[in-house]
Amino acid sequence: MTTDRSTSSGPALLEVLDVSKSFGAVAAVQGVSFPLYAGEAHALVGENGAGKSTIVKMLAGVHRPDTGTLRADGENRTFHSPADAKAAGIAVIYQEPTLFPDLSVAENIAMGNAPLTRLRQIDRRSMRATAERLFARLGVRIDPDRPARGLSIADQQIVEIAKALSTKARVLIMDEPTAALSGVEVERLFSVVRSLRDEGAAIMFISHRFEEITALCQRVTIMRDGRHVATEKVEDLSVDDMIRRMVGRDLSALFPKQEVTAGDVVLTVEGLSREGVFRDISFEVRAGEIVALAGLVGSGRSEVMQAVFGVDPYDSGTVVFNGKRLKPRNPRAAMNAGLALVPEDRRQQGLVMDLSIARNVTLPRSGALARLGLLFGGTEKREAESWTRKLQTRFGRLSDAVGTLSGGNQQKVVLAKWLATGPKLLIVDEPTRGIDVGTKAEVHRLMSSLAADGMAVVMVSSELPEVLGMADRVLVLREGHLVAELSRAEATEESVMYAAMGQKVTA
Amino acid sequence: MSVAVTEIHKQDQKPGRSLGYVFRQREMGIVLALVALVAYTAINQSRFLSSQSIRDILLNTAILAVLASGMAVVVITRHIDLSVGSVLGLSAFAVATVMQHNQDLPMVAALALGLGIGAVAGVVNGALVHFGNVPALVVTLGTMYAYRGLTYSWAGGQQVTADEVPRHFLRFANSDLLGVPWLVIIALAVIAGVGVMMRNYRIGRELYAMGSSPQAAGLAGIKIARNTLVAFVISGALAGLGGVLYASRFGTVDAASGNGYELQVVAAVVVGGVAVFGGSGTIWGAGLGALLLTVIGSALAVLDINQFWQQAIVGALIVLAIGADRLVAVRIARSLRKRDSHV
Ligand SMILES: Nc1ncnc2c1ncn2[C@@H]1O[C@H](COP(=O)(O)OP(=O)(O)OP(=O)(O)O)[C@@H](O)[C@H]1O
Ligand SMILES: [Mg+2]
Repeated sequence: MTTDRSTSSGPALLEVLDVSKSFGAVAAVQGVSFPLYAGEAHALVGENGAGKSTIVKMLAGVHRPDTGTLRADGENRTFHSPADAKAAGIAVIYQEPTLFPDLSVAENIAMGNAPLTRLRQIDRRSMRATAERLFARLGVRIDPDRPARGLSIADQQIVEIAKALSTKARVLIMDEPTAALSGVEVERLFSVVRSLRDEGAAIMFISHRFEEITALCQRVTIMRDGRHVATEKVEDLSVDDMIRRMVGRDLSALFPKQEVTAGDVVLTVEGLSREGVFRDISFEVRAGEIVALAGLVGSGRSEVMQAVFGVDPYDSGTVVFNGKRLKPRNPRAAMNAGLALVPEDRRQQGLVMDLSIARNVTLPRSGALARLGLLFGGTEKREAESWTRKLQTRFGRLSDAVGTLSGGNQQKVVLAKWLATGPKLLIVDEPTRGIDVGTKAEVHRLMSSLAADGMAVVMVSSELPEVLGMADRVLVLREGHLVAELSRAEATEESVMYAAMGQKVTA
Repeated sequence: MSVAVTEIHKQDQKPGRSLGYVFRQREMGIVLALVALVAYTAINQSRFLSSQSIRDILLNTAILAVLASGMAVVVITRHIDLSVGSVLGLSAFAVATVMQHNQDLPMVAALALGLGIGAVAGVVNGALVHFGNVPALVVTLGTMYAYRGLTYSWAGGQQVTADEVPRHFLRFANSDLLGVPWLVIIALAVIAGVGVMMRNYRIGRELYAMGSSPQAAGLAGIKIARNTLVAFVISGALAGLGGVLYASRFGTVDAASGNGYELQVVAAVVVGGVAVFGGSGTIWGAGLGALLLTVIGSALAVLDINQFWQQAIVGALIVLAIGADRLVAVRIARSLRKRDSHV
């Protein structure tokens, strides 16, 4: 990745001036100011719960600041609704997906400003063409006519991106658009965003991956606990500086992987196939081992592990766990046998948004925690407390609804929920998606120490540094086939990418 | 290996076609059920296909279909309108009374009056739902009693009878244009009009969007307040129109007219494939649902089967329709997840 050094000055397209926002007792944002300039990409960084998404929602007209002002083109503006912000030329990609599951992909992209025919009817043909043009620009193949329901997380993310790009906005705000994407898709997104930026749009970009920030952004605003820490040129700061200011202390090594001698084979997958998804997948996992499944988005990584766990069906092959065959399509049996799966789609498959944090953490084990069939608040609370503390989850009270947590903190609750079951084999799909640097190291340390205690871990990850740093072995999938198995020593950025793409990377 | 890869890609290209198929299947199911039912009944009782019998079925369907079209709009928006039976009653009584006292008033005025009364009732519903932030189920349950109560207090124990309203008013519902009853023409026009609005116009697509994900609709900048009002006004106005047609068809109207009709309307919409959780279904599906319910009623009468069975069958159909909803949704999701690889 290369660093862009184009900078511009002149008046800000959009300016945040001393804004604050509280939710009840939680002061999410306090006195934050920064400018967004035309032709510049501006990063907003901070730990989970620092208040980044709250800023986004104020700029988008979803929340109104309690105090402070927003200024567009030098004029004070009040956005009463998302429609107002849209009218002011602000396009937003929210952290959580905002698609209409029943409508077609093309319609999702066009919603709000659909092209019309002379009779003021929806012009489906041009709507479809727009979607196809945007997908071509992003280098993906998604059928514009299919409904949005059932899209993978990555594809949902891409549709969100296409939706934001379709409005030809002057200000493009992206709240963790890359969280679900792998390197190749991120690069494509960046090249599109760079050209928008060079055409004079102002970009605001949020990510927990610092290499993305240095690759795309010229300016960065750092937040901590809802407060503004600094706004600087990216070139004037090292990544370590950014992290230090964001966390407020020095961070130790990012990937403290412990060396573990692998034990007995716990999981044997043989000849697993599912028509049109993956074919003839065989591998073993030993106790104490961390095995990573790498590959491009859509290569079938998640699908394989979902089939192993029994969420998805498979056509042929066997899954043997601790010497016993696991029945297909029976996740409950898999759980009882000692498997746990942290799914890719956490919001939909992992959490009950209206329930409290404590209930969510202990949900899969309600049976084990209940005495005489009743759940006692005390046990539940202690369990939940210990796991959420280990994962540095930021929240008001354990009794708060999970839906009010920041995106990253919701992810932590899902992780806590499954780690608390004490599984023998943990399958994690994107273990650190949306999780900030400080906690990321903590999640890795936790996984590593659990493995040292004899737990087997299979992780699906799109983040190469994570794969290379954590895995004892890397399995690479491409188009539904297991194309490479690399030992820790063999696994390098080049070797994994080469296997994943089937060709040399020319970057 | 290259063989396998091409195979995976071939699968990639299918979803568009196979999906259209699944979607169409929903309405196809109703059509098939209709054909089977009509065939079975006709074989056992040939008079079921007499022109008088067909005419009766169509006339009975027409009013139900008009109300079902409006209800479908509201249900697609993830609301419900339980007040339609009461609105029909209010409109029917009001129009009949006005016609009784103004014998020369043209039919057009009667239609406009009914539509207007219904629209006002709809505005009240929509405003309470949106600005009062109360679930539509609760609001319209309340207005169902309120509108009915209004009619009762106006009518007292009175009724307007067929010989008190002008002849031309009665003739309207029972006369034809080129052999097709006016009632049926109006119902078809309503289905076509509302159907096109929902399918091809922005407002319609926004209503689908609101039903599909209310939260995302707000973020997309859709005018929720206006659209909610529009949906309830359409439902109310069509219930009002239904009231005029009812008065014209039966002539005799009292305060209890249309009592309990809302449940039949909801049943027609659900059986017609409109998802109870909003976001999907079509207007013409709702129309087909109305036809199917009416045909079931007539068929059972012709076959001399107990009334009880009619209710049981309608109940079973509703359960079936809702079950099919879930099934189709799950199946679509699965078949798509299987094929969504790209790059
Ligand atoms: N609707 C809400 N109700 C109550 N509290 C909220 C609400 N939205 C956000 N908060 C709180 O405000 C704080 C900031 O949240 P925000 O979503 O802005 O964090 P963030 O910086 O985007 O974090 P992440 O990196 O995890 O996405 C958090 O403590 C969160 O719990
Ligand atoms: Mg956030």
